[in-house]
Amino acid sequence: MTPMSNVSVTKDAAPTAENLVVLDNVNKHFGALHVLQDIDLTIARGEVVVVIGPSGSGKSTLCRTINRLETIDSGTILIDGKPLPAEGRELARLRADVGMVFQSFNLFAHKTVLENVMLGQLKVRRAEKRAAEEKARSLLDRVGVANQADKYPAQLSGGQQQRVAIARALAMDPKVMLFDEPTSALDPEMINEVLEVMQQLAQGGMTMIVVTHEMGFARSAANRVVFMADGRIVEEATPDQFFSNPRSDRAKDFLSKILHH
Amino acid sequence: MFDFLDSGQYDVLGAFWVTVQLTFYSAIGSLIWGTVLAGMRVGPTPLMRAFGTVYVNAVRNTPLTVIIVATSLVLYQTLGITLAGGDSKGIGFRLAVLGLIAYHATFVCEALRSGINTVPVGQSEAARALGLGFFQVLTLIVLPQAFRSVVAPLANVLIALTKNTTVAAAIGVSEAALLMKEMVENESDAIFLVFAVVAFGFVVLTLPTGMLLGWVSKRVAVKR
Repeated sequence: MTPMSNVSVTKDAAPTAENLVVLDNVNKHFGALHVLQDIDLTIARGEVVVVIGPSGSGKSTLCRTINRLETIDSGTILIDGKPLPAEGRELARLRADVGMVFQSFNLFAHKTVLENVMLGQLKVRRAEKRAAEEKARSLLDRVGVANQADKYPAQLSGGQQQRVAIARALAMDPKVMLFDEPTSALDPEMINEVLEVMQQLAQGGMTMIVVTHEMGFARSAANRVVFMADGRIVEEATPDQFFSNPRSDRAKDFLSKILHH
Repeated sequence: MFDFLDSGQYDVLGAFWVTVQLTFYSAIGSLIWGTVLAGMRVGPTPLMRAFGTVYVNAVRNTPLTVIIVATSLVLYQTLGITLAGGDSKGIGFRLAVLGLIAYHATFVCEALRSGINTVPVGQSEAARALGLGFFQVLTLIVLPQAFRSVVAPLANVLIALTKNTTVAAAIGVSEAALLMKEMVENESDAIFLVFAVVAFGFVVLTLPTGMLLGWVSKRVAVKR
C-alpha cells in the first residue's frame, strides 16, 4: 500500500493506471469565502481515502467538485487521466463513471426502490430492461434490502434508503465512488448497517472517497486519511499515524474534541 | 317556465358541446405548450430562458379578449392563416383554441414552475450524478414530481379555462356564451332563466372537474 506515491501525472495528460483521481491546485470561492485553497490530492485505483475535518472546512465541497456538482474556479481535476469536461454530454458520460452517495440519500421519491436502481442502467447505459432488473435485484440483495424492492423510498428507514442509494450508484459500475457524509443524516442505530456495506465495498477493491465523521470507519477501512481545515488539506497520513500521532496542531485540536468527551 | 328551451330554436346541448370541445383541446394544448415554456424557463440556455420569460410576461398580461380577437383579425383576416382551411366555423374554432392555448399556457407554465421549486435540489443532483442529461433530468425526475405537486393549481387553470372559452364568442364561435347572447336578445321575458341555464351548464362542467382533480391531487402526491 503506497498511497502517497507521487507519480507526476498532472504534468503529462496520458492516462495512467495508477492514479484514478487527481486534483491539482484546485481553488474555489463561495463569494468572499475561499472554500477550497490550492488543493492537491491524488487518489490511486483501489484506494480508500477518508476526508475528515471540522464542518465548514470544505470537505463536502471537495467531494462534490470531483463530479462537478460544484464548479471550480481554477486548477485541474483529472479522472482516469482525462480532465473533467465542462458541460454537456461529455460531463454526463463522466458522471456515469463516478458514483455518488449523498448525505440526504436523494432517492427518486416518485419511483420504487427497484426503479431507482434500474433508472441509470436503462437511461444512461441503455441496458436491456430484463438485464437491468436482474442486476438491480442482485445489488439490492447485496446491500440487504432485496425484500423492499417494490416499496417507495419514503416507506423505508434512513439506513435502508442509504443502502439503496449505494446500490443505485453501484448499478452504473462506477470507477470511483464518492460518499458525501453518508451516515450524518442517520439515526445512530442505522449507521452501522450502512458502514458495513461500505466496508464490503472497500474490501472488494472499490476506489472510494469518503467524507465522514465516522472515525471508526476511517480507522478500519481507509488506506489514507485526509484532514481538512479552512479550505486546505492540512494533513495526509495513514489512519494509524493520523489518529495516534497527528502532526499538525489543527488536527490534534480536532481529534481532542471528538475523541475525548 | 323553461318553455323557451322546448321551442327547438336553441341547441343548448350543442352549444355546450362546443364549449366542452374548446376546453378539451385548449387544455391539452396549454398543458403541452405550458410544459415546454416551463422547461425553457428553468433550462440552461439563456436565449430560451429569455424567450420563456418574455413570452409569459407579455401574454399573461394581455387580456384574453385581445388575444382571441387578434387571432381572427390579425392571423386570419390579415395574414390569411386558416389553420388547415375549411369553413369559417372550423377556422373560428381552431383560432379560438390557438388563442386559448397561447394564453393559458402561461398560467400552466407558472404553476409548473412553482411545482418545480417544490422538488428538492438533491433529486436533480442525484439524477445528474448518475449521468443523466438536462432533458432527461427534467422529464424523468423533476417534471413528474412537479406535476404531482401542482394538480390543484392546474385544476384552477382548467376551471378558469373552461369559463374563459366564452370569450370565443367574440369571434363568432357558436359556444354557450354566443347562444346565451342570442337567447338574451330573443327571450327578454325569461332573462333570469337564460342566465340560470347558462350558469348551471358551466357549474355542471367545472364543479366535477374541481372535485375530481382535488381527489387526484391527494392520490398522486409524492411522499417524502
